[in-house]
Amino acid sequence: MKIAIASGKGGTGKTTVAVNFAQVLAAAGQEVTLLDCDVEEPNVHLFLHPEFDSVSAVETTIPQVDEEKCTGCRVCAEVCEYHALAVLGKNVLVFPELCHACGACVRFCPEEAIVEIPREIGTIRKGRKGKIRLIEGRLNVGEVMSPAVIERVKKIGLDGKIGIIDAPPGTSCPVIAAVRDTDGVLLVTEPTPFGLYDLKLAVGMVRLLGIPCAVAINRSDLGEKEIWRYCADERIPIILEIPNDRRIAEAYSRGRTIIEELPEYREKFLQGWQALLESCSIA
Amino acid sequence: MKIAITSQGKEQNSQPDMSFGRAKWFIIYDEDTGRLEAIENAQNVQTAHGAGINAAQTVADLGAGVVLTGNVGPNAFRTLQAAGIRIVLFDKNRKTVEDVLQGWKTGDFSEATKATVKGHRV
Repeated sequence: MKIAIASGKGGTGKTTVAVNFAQVLAAAGQEVTLLDCDVEEPNVHLFLHPEFDSVSAVETTIPQVDEEKCTGCRVCAEVCEYHALAVLGKNVLVFPELCHACGACVRFCPEEAIVEIPREIGTIRKGRKGKIRLIEGRLNVGEVMSPAVIERVKKIGLDGKIGIIDAPPGTSCPVIAAVRDTDGVLLVTEPTPFGLYDLKLAVGMVRLLGIPCAVAINRSDLGEKEIWRYCADERIPIILEIPNDRRIAEAYSRGRTIIEELPEYREKFLQGWQALLESCSIA
Repeated sequence: MKIAITSQGKEQNSQPDMSFGRAKWFIIYDEDTGRLEAIENAQNVQTAHGAGINAAQTVADLGAGVVLTGNVGPNAFRTLQAAGIRIVLFDKNRKTVEDVLQGWKTGDFSEATKATVKGHRV
């Protein structure tokens, strides 16, 4: 079972919801894997406090040009969709951070002068806290190829048991990489104009991908009622509402989760999880 | 020698463009003949990545020895350097391409020794 926790707008509470779900499921005796796919700023560990037991590198490939064989014909630069190669005279420049490792330059070079060499762009850390396993992806500073790191986290972490993916915010390539091929997506939002606007974008994205979705509303007693109207019109189930409770913010600021500090929320999260599975036709 | 000036339009009295990679036009001034030629850079204005590299490739292909622009990013800087093209910076007080050319001729500008802005990352 693969569930992604996503949002359009950032800061709505994806990580909070993901970690609390993992903890209530673990408390109910289930083995859970949390996949921190917000690789530009992974923060699940700040709330889970796991023991990390391994770190490994995530590599992508970049082209390396054999100057002996290169004739400066420029085919490589012309086929590169990302302008990661420039040819000036017989001098080929490679821009590693723009390369998407598609391999087109290698395939189309008529002189077979290009080979692919590995380049580290991030790391994967594996950790555990009780019944919760954490697989964390972390993109190196200055890198942009987050989808490659996210895909590696999913390859390692999704093993047929319960997998909860903490996705990045937004609706761009990294988010697509995180939510693709999951059984359901929970979109966390807040009742503000910005929250609603970005929710609509996120709903459009998951529908394009053909993945069922449900909504969780954080700080649900603030702001306007537009989100409820929108979800009713679009027939999107709202499976969890978390009020604007100062105690939650205080717990967060100390790296503690809602259910650790406020046990009365346990039932709410358990019921929310069940409702999520039902709304996504998993169960 | 040919000199490439980044411009928002294709005329001598057009406003200079402070960006290099996403400049709307390159005005090519040929010192030997005194002629001006305008080359559109529209396809680069919209590109997500690598605008600077592509623009540098364009001016290199046009045979420019000097680029007059407002700013240059790290990838454009590296590509222009590899092509042996000098990068000379004007400031935003220059109101027309003609004005920039005058400034170049009287030696008002200084040469870029490194990138002046960060890359645009999406």
